[in-house]
Amino acid sequence: MSSLALSFELAGSVAAILLLIGTLVAYWLAYSNWRGKFLLESIVALPLVLPPTVLGFYALLAMGPSGPLGKLWMALFGHGLAFTFSGLVLASVVYSFPFAVQPLIASFEGVDRKLLEASAVLGAGKWRTFRRVILPLSLPGMVTALVLSFAHTLGEFGVVLMVGGNLAGVTRTVSIDIYDRVQSLEYGEANHLALLLLAIAFTVLCLVYAVNRRVWMPAWARWTAK
Amino acid sequence: MDGEITQPMLSVHIRKAHRGGASLVLDVSLEAPPGITILFGPSGAGKSTLLDCLAGLVSPDSGKIMIGEDVLFDSAARINVPPQKRRIAYVFQSLALFPHLTVAQNVEYGLSELVERERQERTADILETFRVEKLRNQKPGEISGGERQRAALARSLVTAPCALLLDEPLTGLDAELKASIVKDLRAWNAAKRIPILYVTHSREEVDALGDRVIAIENGRVVSHGAPMDVLDAPRRKRLAQAAGFENLLSGTVLDLREPDGVMRVRLGESKCEIEVPLGHASAGDRVQVAIRAGDILLASERPRGLSARNILEGRMLSLEQRGAMFVARVDCGVTFVAHVTPGAVRALELAAEKQVWLVVKTHSCHLVD
Repeated sequence: MSSLALSFELAGSVAAILLLIGTLVAYWLAYSNWRGKFLLESIVALPLVLPPTVLGFYALLAMGPSGPLGKLWMALFGHGLAFTFSGLVLASVVYSFPFAVQPLIASFEGVDRKLLEASAVLGAGKWRTFRRVILPLSLPGMVTALVLSFAHTLGEFGVVLMVGGNLAGVTRTVSIDIYDRVQSLEYGEANHLALLLLAIAFTVLCLVYAVNRRVWMPAWARWTAK
Repeated sequence: MDGEITQPMLSVHIRKAHRGGASLVLDVSLEAPPGITILFGPSGAGKSTLLDCLAGLVSPDSGKIMIGEDVLFDSAARINVPPQKRRIAYVFQSLALFPHLTVAQNVEYGLSELVERERQERTADILETFRVEKLRNQKPGEISGGERQRAALARSLVTAPCALLLDEPLTGLDAELKASIVKDLRAWNAAKRIPILYVTHSREEVDALGDRVIAIENGRVVSHGAPMDVLDAPRRKRLAQAAGFENLLSGTVLDLREPDGVMRVRLGESKCEIEVPLGHASAGDRVQVAIRAGDILLASERPRGLSARNILEGRMLSLEQRGAMFVARVDCGVTFVAHVTPGAVRALELAAEKQVWLVVKTHSCHLVD
């Protein structure tokens, strides 16, 4: 498998997993009244400030043969977690967590509380309120979360290097591939891949900003009206 | 539970201290029979908190809330029915229509338990009752304020609730539009007969709606009864001010003229005497008289040939512009506040120190116990 395809597979898996977990965590963070929730907020935001190598280092320790995750994985699946694609997905989920959770929290908190109260007095439980009111009104936030966690995973380097190593077709993602090629002085190939990543990053950011500027809101409105 | 056949009374006896150090303690006992009961009082009196408690959005510290025989909240029995199970409809001041749904989808929102056919029938019925059937496919953002209020009422009432809470739902509408919406609400309730609690701090709405009024101040019920009893003789100074009485003057009753239905009152220690409607007082009693600044006429010469009985000579103390009108303070032995339009200020050449005459109709003078 090419490094680009591998990167896309990794980013896609991570974005999908994060949309799911991130939605749950963001919902809880947005609506909980628990006084200690700043603790969880801080943990979620940690990957924003930690050097990827620090995160990768601890992820590697945890996933190694004597680490708790590594042991668990071995017991469940009969092989280790470090230097595998699954290990890479797991570490990337942690690394990109804030990029999914923060926009989700912001959009959940942006939904007028009165609408949630109106939903409740009209007989809707929490799940129905979430599905019919919060979710449709948070769509820009969900798109942002999906796209940012995808893009951030696509571009990661340090964590992948620490946890995944550099196994062609298994853990050699495009950013590592570029590094490899520069090391072996294949500048033309490196430039090829680098340009591609640049183009993807730019497209993705355009998408995020356009969604948040509601460029496509009329189209979205037509879609939800059905 | 069946709110349509029986005619349940909403009975409330709750206490709720505000979190966060604010001094307001809501401590309210009231009963609301089917029909419109107005909750009247100044902003911050606890009216909205009371409605939130009834709807289940806020839990009282203690007490009991019942509709007929159904207990919605009882601190002693640890009963606290969640809002989605209370069958109490609530129209917020902001209306809170779902912006991403059409009017029809908003109305159908509370009918998820019904089969499709019944849901559509009931939606169609209520849209017609509140005259918004033509807007069924429009979003809230695409319709006018009055139409939104109608849509919000329709959405709340389509669920056949046991009670309806309205938190200043008609704020910002002109009188004609208000009256037509109120008419439709009354027509609807003539058939359904549920208790409706209507929160307002507007005098006009009380006059237009009033079956019963409950006056709330500082979290407590201060008076209740017919609008005339509660408001036209305001029992509390703050209530009077909330109702727009800028002039609150104390005086002594001089004599009663029962055949004319009036009595004369001397204001303060001055020589200023005015005629007010006959009240529960006898000569020599101290009374308080409330007069709205907007009910006082100003004249630059002594007026003649008027039906108004109170014509007071005085001297202008000050004249201040407030928005589109002027506030005049006039010394007639006691100080009166009157509202004047900019046009009148020019026509009468009003200015401080100028001699003026105040004209007040007898029935614009309200006696305060």
